[in-house]
Amino acid sequence: MSKQRKAVALISGGLDSMLAAKIVMEQGVHVEGINFFTGFCVEGHTHAIRAQDNAKPNRNNALWVAEQLGIKLHIVDVIEEYKKVLINPKHGYGSHMNPCLDCKIFMVNKAKQWIVENDFDFIITGEVIGQRPMSQTKSKMPIVAKQSGADDLLLRPMCAKNLPATKPELEGWVDREKLHDITGRSRKPQIEMAKQFGIDDYSQPAGGCCFLTDKYYSAKLVDLWKAQGDKDYELDDIMLLKVGRHIRPKPNFKLIVAREEGEGRFLQGYKKEFISMHCSSHPGPLTLIDGEMSAEDLFFAARIVARYAQGRDEDQVDITITQKDGSERTIQVKPFSKAEVLNEWHV
Amino acid sequence: MSGTFKIVMQEIIRETLNARRLLCPLPVIRTQDKVKQLNTGDQLEVICTDPGVMHDIPAWCRINGHKVLESRSGDHEYIIVLEVGEK
Repeated sequence: MSKQRKAVALISGGLDSMLAAKIVMEQGVHVEGINFFTGFCVEGHTHAIRAQDNAKPNRNNALWVAEQLGIKLHIVDVIEEYKKVLINPKHGYGSHMNPCLDCKIFMVNKAKQWIVENDFDFIITGEVIGQRPMSQTKSKMPIVAKQSGADDLLLRPMCAKNLPATKPELEGWVDREKLHDITGRSRKPQIEMAKQFGIDDYSQPAGGCCFLTDKYYSAKLVDLWKAQGDKDYELDDIMLLKVGRHIRPKPNFKLIVAREEGEGRFLQGYKKEFISMHCSSHPGPLTLIDGEMSAEDLFFAARIVARYAQGRDEDQVDITITQKDGSERTIQVKPFSKAEVLNEWHV
Repeated sequence: MSGTFKIVMQEIIRETLNARRLLCPLPVIRTQDKVKQLNTGDQLEVICTDPGVMHDIPAWCRINGHKVLESRSGDHEYIIVLEVGEK
């Protein structure tokens, strides 16, 4: 009796990786899923933070896909290791701050390490030739296989017939004839295949599930690096880029203004790390102050905070400033007018 | 036929994991890492502030063979107690 082969599938939570895993499972291979958390795969985070979204389903799509497939899912924290990918990508960035090719190489490399450690035989991805302009082209596929170190242990079931045969095919672990030859950006073949497998509920996030493909998020990240003078970051930094209005009126500080109750509650958790402000004479949002400020800057920031409170049209409102140690003081300021809060301050 | 049978009465451990302020999937990852250190039958209470855990941790338990004993929420906290399954 031949040994049952084992494969690990990179599961993003989208349809392609779900189908790729399913195709190989159908051939009798034992498949488990792996999902890497970089800190930027934050599709669920906005829902988690913002109160108004709490009525929406809050599922993690990778977990959901694994459950639909009936496979285990290993979620791996790669936040620290991912920094070197994002900060200095060998193959550069895409249209925003997305280092897609380096990211794919990194993840396949991590999967390669995982199969060695866990005695699995090969790796599956849902890549499709021509699907993404930076990382999923015919010329990039061999680069990913080679530079990740996975080489011929990397099987792409969705487009395998358009690529040289890999070890799982050559050794007969999978039947190449039952693999596919999908190319291009059309989703029709995948939707048709999903129907055939009886899969009728799946996630198709535009641009994948990575915030680095978002131009507004990327702009905030670039602003953060410019302000601190280097390209380093901590998890809290990149989480906070997802929350609130970011307003930088001067190079040395920015304000993070909660846009609604859920964000305000989330920002409350950072009051020991940041000076914070809120309007105490009228309802208004919690604001964190990121940066070093003079007394004059503090007064200036308070006038911006006042602009977002319900007393914005008053001649004077009270702004309470809370230090990191919890000590408070209240000052009176005249709120800035709408025109005084310049558009270019908004990051 | 001879042999020695050794019965080990294992003490059930109940631990608490503070996953407050973490956003999904981090509470799941921390749960996964903690469960690796526990034995079958042990219990883990996970305290979170991200409502997404009410979907994600039970889903993670289902696919990995663990059992959710209790889930509750209140005062913007979400608490799940799970029992570690066969390892």
